[in-house]
Amino acid sequence: MSEKNLVQTVHDTLFDEMKRDDRVLVLGEDVGARGGVFRVTMGFLDEFGEDRVIDTPLDECLIAGVAIGLAIDGMRPVAEMQFADFSFPGFNQIVQEAARIRYRSNGDFSVPMVIRAPYGGGVHGALYHSQSVEAFYAHVPGLKVVVPSTPYDAKGMLIQALEDPDPVIYLEHKKTYRLIKGEVPDERYTVPFGKAELRRPGSDLTVISYGLMHHLCVEAADRLSGDGIEVEVIDLRSIFPLDIDTVLESVGRTNKAMVVYEDNKFLGAGAEVAAQIAEHAMFELDAPIKRIAGPHVPAMPYAPTLEHWFMPSVDSLEQEMRKLADY
Amino acid sequence: MANGNGSSNDRHTELGLKEEDLVEMYRFMLLARYCDERQWGLNRQGKAPFVVPVSGHEAAQVGSAWAFERGKDVFCPYYRDLALTLVAGFSPKDVFLGLFGKKDDPSSGGRQMPAHWGARDRNIITGSSPIATQCLHAAGIALSKKLKRSDAVVGTWCGEGGTSEADWHGAMNFSGIHKLPLVLVVENNQYAISVHVSKQVAGSVHGRAAGYGMPGAVGDGNDVLESYKLTKEAVDRARAGEGASLVELLTYRHYSHTSDDDDRTYRKKEEVEEWKRKDPIPRFEEYLRSVDLIDDAKIQEMRDDAKTTVDEQAKEAEQADFPDPSTGYDNVYAERVEVR
Repeated sequence: MSEKNLVQTVHDTLFDEMKRDDRVLVLGEDVGARGGVFRVTMGFLDEFGEDRVIDTPLDECLIAGVAIGLAIDGMRPVAEMQFADFSFPGFNQIVQEAARIRYRSNGDFSVPMVIRAPYGGGVHGALYHSQSVEAFYAHVPGLKVVVPSTPYDAKGMLIQALEDPDPVIYLEHKKTYRLIKGEVPDERYTVPFGKAELRRPGSDLTVISYGLMHHLCVEAADRLSGDGIEVEVIDLRSIFPLDIDTVLESVGRTNKAMVVYEDNKFLGAGAEVAAQIAEHAMFELDAPIKRIAGPHVPAMPYAPTLEHWFMPSVDSLEQEMRKLADY
Repeated sequence: MANGNGSSNDRHTELGLKEEDLVEMYRFMLLARYCDERQWGLNRQGKAPFVVPVSGHEAAQVGSAWAFERGKDVFCPYYRDLALTLVAGFSPKDVFLGLFGKKDDPSSGGRQMPAHWGARDRNIITGSSPIATQCLHAAGIALSKKLKRSDAVVGTWCGEGGTSEADWHGAMNFSGIHKLPLVLVVENNQYAISVHVSKQVAGSVHGRAAGYGMPGAVGDGNDVLESYKLTKEAVDRARAGEGASLVELLTYRHYSHTSDDDDRTYRKKEEVEEWKRKDPIPRFEEYLRSVDLIDDAKIQEMRDDAKTTVDEQAKEAEQADFPDPSTGYDNVYAERVEVR
């Protein structure tokens, strides 16, 4: 057991998995000599060589498509999209090919691959280094989309992704990379997909979130505790499969639900969570479901004032939680 | 039957093709042509909603496919590759099971439109409708073969329209950089649905190979021996570890893009007629006669056999079961994931 930040955990886990299984290889832009722009594959080239640490041309369509071919032929590729915002040239390969190959071949072919992508804002990344892409991919049957928010989950879910027989989009919030630290066991373990984690028990309302927003929600909830408001906070961890049962069980006790996500509100991943609460627990609710999410603008602006305006903050979350508790 | 090896017309011996190869190649070309005629007929009878015709491409497909080693090499075809798919191991019945969308369709169990070939046990990789996506899968498989120190070669096929897609350029670039055991075949039939090659390709298809550091050959795709020769050179090169190649085969489709298209809006009748006079099947028959491998009686016998085979197998496929609707949720993931 040792304390690590999230990005170090991703690095160490991937390193150990490549040591353990010759079929695992990484490909992406700058993953070789540079060790990745976030240093996730630092030292990999020296350890594993050019055959398994592949600096690709600057072509995300290629990265996704070649990874599919590798997976079809029995390798376990981990494709890095340097920023989630740049995954869209590969969108067709991911959505139309990786996601659909098992179904369209009636199970004759499968694509066991992992696509890692740093996502999310609050890092001065502006429009093209801040996006939340989970809703695009989680909409597609055939893909799994996971968002570990702690180092413990980052390790267990990356190993789970490598063991998964189907394509997994593994999203890492950039702001959690160095901000979030935690205890990580040395031994190998998996964290199953489709199991949300109730991280903070409470009785007055349930807040459901994931990624960086989860940490903001916990902080806001801690502040309210002093005023006698106990907020239950659930970390979804996996967008698809979605563990709605844990959410419904909690909402059945607190009778109030708030869904928080950084993506713009309209049709974001939290919209599905809100819809399922409404569909399955309407009569448990003492207040309308509240969604806190990003504004409906094309993406996060750069200037610090505008970036701050875009991102839900601990202050704003605290206020909204208080309002819902008092409803 | 006379031995063709001594004939001055002989072009096949130096290519390493035996008489039985030529007869088999001819048989596959006939099977493909009769499959095409049967599927058009079924379409007109209202029994097959969608048909992708192959007629005209038989030499390019059979010739290029023949250069690969079945059972070891990998095929990443596109939708027009009916003849190629037959060479790679589909029976006419398999083709028609797909045409009707039947449960035992080897490609997809009736999930995809017809002509979206795939079968793991025959090393034919599943394909989709977006153009040239398979070229990148082929590059990835070729990289995997190289990493495994296998001497298998991967082939991928598309039309000249496919060479405009980023996926195709990515496959060219990546296989050029890594000297992958890959052969990219382009069946240039001059039209991507209606768009003429002059509006599709600046310069030439084969000329693009130079920009990716690989050889690019071009030849007569209506000549099965030339199609074989150019592809075989590329396959040999790939198997020897010398890297990827591009082969452009010039050909023409006799019919519309699909049964939902009408080529009369974009192709002149005279042009179609002119190319039908270059039909690859009579041309190959002429060659086989010239080296005394077959005569008119044998041609008639083989045509009758192929037609009977196709008609019988098409009928069997027509009588086969459709997939059960209860299987609609199968194979989304390895294990079922319920959505509430």
